[in-house]
Amino acid sequence: MERDDLIVNDSYAMAAHHSEEAGAAIRKKIWFVTALLTLITAVEVGMGVIFKRSETFTWTAIKWTFIVMTLVKAAYIVLVFMHLGDERSNLKRVIVAPYLLFISYLIFIAITEGFGHLDSFTTFH
Amino acid sequence: MAGNTETIPTSVLWGGGQSPFSVTYGKMMMWFFLVSDALTFGGLLTAYGFSRATSEDAWPIGEQVFRALPGLDGHYPLVYVALMTFLLIVSSVTMVLAVEAGHRNDKRGVIRWMAATIVGGFFFLGSQAWEWSHFIHGSGGGFQLAKEVTVTTDSGDAMTLPKGEMVFMDHHFGHLAEPWSEGDANTVLTSEDGHITLTQFGEHDHSAQLHSLTVNKYVENEQTISGDEAVKLWSARSDVFAFGANLEDSEYAAQQTYANFFFFITGFHGFHVFSGVIINIVIFLMALNGVFERRGHYEMVEKTGLYWHFVDLVWVFVFTFFYLI
Repeated sequence: MERDDLIVNDSYAMAAHHSEEAGAAIRKKIWFVTALLTLITAVEVGMGVIFKRSETFTWTAIKWTFIVMTLVKAAYIVLVFMHLGDERSNLKRVIVAPYLLFISYLIFIAITEGFGHLDSFTTFH
Repeated sequence: MAGNTETIPTSVLWGGGQSPFSVTYGKMMMWFFLVSDALTFGGLLTAYGFSRATSEDAWPIGEQVFRALPGLDGHYPLVYVALMTFLLIVSSVTMVLAVEAGHRNDKRGVIRWMAATIVGGFFFLGSQAWEWSHFIHGSGGGFQLAKEVTVTTDSGDAMTLPKGEMVFMDHHFGHLAEPWSEGDANTVLTSEDGHITLTQFGEHDHSAQLHSLTVNKYVENEQTISGDEAVKLWSARSDVFAFGANLEDSEYAAQQTYANFFFFITGFHGFHVFSGVIINIVIFLMALNGVFERRGHYEMVEKTGLYWHFVDLVWVFVFTFFYLI
């Protein structure tokens, strides 16, 4: 049996080929993203160590910073490493829309419900 | 639907042949799978957020729980987890380099970078195994107080600890307190001149003295209590001990939920990494045998790469929402 994903759509896979020069540019971008992701992770760990959770206002700001940095990391992984940035815009939207919807929900829970943790912290200690 | 025999002219029918997304069937399905898988992980992390918010007990914080490094004493908050994150990022990079090599039909490049990715995956799995092992064994364990006690901490503050408060031992003392609390006949407690010593008799005798105890170990404001004050706390202990964590017992918090979420979220992610490594090995062998070279393109490497990057993507969120926040 012929596999339709190999036979019928072969041209799309073939179209993804690129030249040596294009490859060099892509590799340069990959190393840039690597450095960026590593740097962000190091900063996150440093901030987690320095700032205290009991300082409600500061900690809320820190939490938002963590979330923004996470979204930056996620965006680079999806758009560059997973090449979604190079796909057609309708495919991009089909993938990114549900992701964004659910991530917003997760952030909402982490931020608004997360204050319960601080309340219980002050109540019990 | 039966009876619907109306003929639609072919000029208005989409005849197929050209995908609206301009990608292969396999790649599109991989993306759809990854969207659905993201919902699963999102569900787990949201459930974690809700449980944490509704917990009546203080919730452990990542910097306090995950601060050990293999073979080293001292505290390194989240350094090991950051190291694991870095490992995953690096193996994501080698994967994307394999995909890039595939786009140039560079068979040697694909093989080399796939091999590096597989090694990185095994390193991550090994790290996770160590982290699990450390989490399960704990670092000394603790006991609950049988009554309210007021003690002076090493920083000179008076602290009133309620009944049921968890007090933590160092790992030397705790290591012997575990068999002792379980009634091991070879482990004996002696108390002389206010010095508490646990000795385990065997081929080689081990003993450890009670030097200091810790409270608030896994939340903020950790305090050390030494000397006579530590003995006072030890004397006020109940017979409830906890060492490390499993699915029924946990030293990390009064509730079990935290440990359960740790096991489930990192375990589910680790299982993804494990299957990712297996898939990577299969693709590596196919590349080695020249399957893709004969096919004329390396799209299977790209599809596998999508899955592998997704595992990294999920870890980025687990890192923030489980460990950091």
